[in-house]
Amino acid sequence: MELFGFAASMIGLFVGFGFMVGVLFGFFGMGGSFLVTPALMIMGFETTTAVGSGMAFVFGTAIIATLKHRDLGQVDYKLGGLMIVGTTAGIEVGRIGLYFLQDQGLAGLVVGVTYVVLLGGVGLFVTRNAIRNDNDGDEGDNDHHDPDAEIDPDAIPDIAKQIQSYNVPPMLAISGGIKVSLWMILGVAFATGLLSGFLGVGGGFIRMPAMFYLIGIPVPIAVGTDLFEIVFSGGLGSFLYGLEGGVDLSIVAPLLAGSALGARIGSTATSLVDESEIKIYFGLMLLGGAVAVALRQLGNATGINELQVISFGLIMLAALAVGGAVIYSAVQAIRDDARSTGVTPAD
Amino acid sequence: MIGLGSGAQMIQAATLVGVVLLEAVVLYLGYGALSNVVGEPLVERIRTL
Repeated sequence: MELFGFAASMIGLFVGFGFMVGVLFGFFGMGGSFLVTPALMIMGFETTTAVGSGMAFVFGTAIIATLKHRDLGQVDYKLGGLMIVGTTAGIEVGRIGLYFLQDQGLAGLVVGVTYVVLLGGVGLFVTRNAIRNDNDGDEGDNDHHDPDAEIDPDAIPDIAKQIQSYNVPPMLAISGGIKVSLWMILGVAFATGLLSGFLGVGGGFIRMPAMFYLIGIPVPIAVGTDLFEIVFSGGLGSFLYGLEGGVDLSIVAPLLAGSALGARIGSTATSLVDESEIKIYFGLMLLGGAVAVALRQLGNATGINELQVISFGLIMLAALAVGGAVIYSAVQAIRDDARSTGVTPAD
Repeated sequence: MIGLGSGAQMIQAATLVGVVLLEAVVLYLGYGALSNVVGEPLVERIRTL
């Protein structure tokens, strides 16, 4: 059976994959499109279609997640507005760069290698921090639940303290009682916008660590503001790729249908599961994504089709494993709570 | 400089963005209503498993 020109099984695969990506997105506040775009590339879609459709998917997911975070008061609109300016400029530069590379026949290779470097680098960083926090008995970044609370100085990373000590006017006060140089905000926004336009990602997996580690923004505000910003940058990116026919609605619609449900479950799980317990899996998933894209590139270069299949399986398995870990941990937390409050299990 | 296409391309791209926006809002409201209906019973079911 065919729907929108796709086999029903393919639609089901998109919905299921979108669901797992949504769980990760809802739980970690990032980690949506960096799995989707490589997966589409691995499935054989043209690079610009994979990037454009990935961006439209991010746009839709960000709308849903922002509506949720807005209700929790975790969006700093002033910071978000400034991020939009920097990101918009970065997206356009990145998009022009991608089409230039496409004309040269290099888009697939350059985007693939960039993905491997970024996913691998951020994956190593997150995994190393998760292991270190585990050893230190640290509860991780998930402590800052009140977006208006002053940040504990001990919770600000050293690198952020160092950067915040540079006083390059104009300095702006943002939520959490910290002051940040306007140029730092615009610089981070432009750099992540460049990646968004080039890779078709929301940029959360770069922007989130950048906002926390480089600027020192509290995690809930970083997540909410990042999502608010992605609504605009993702909308613009989708429009620009749509102009060139780079967005395929038959891919985006089922992915979004699955991810919307997954994101709801993932964001509910944040109140049940300690993020630091799962963070190491997230880091490993990023590393798995890097290996998958690298295998695909190797498969392209050598003509070994089996590497493409392994690559596709690895990326699906990574999303399934970490998404499953989030759901399993949430179910366990509910059951632990039931046991501690003396609820009798059913026969 | 943002390179814009023809009028028809712009309308098509804007429609596409509008469709994704509409789908997102419908999904947000739809799944919200669904979770209001089945969320609590589902959590209770898990608690008593």
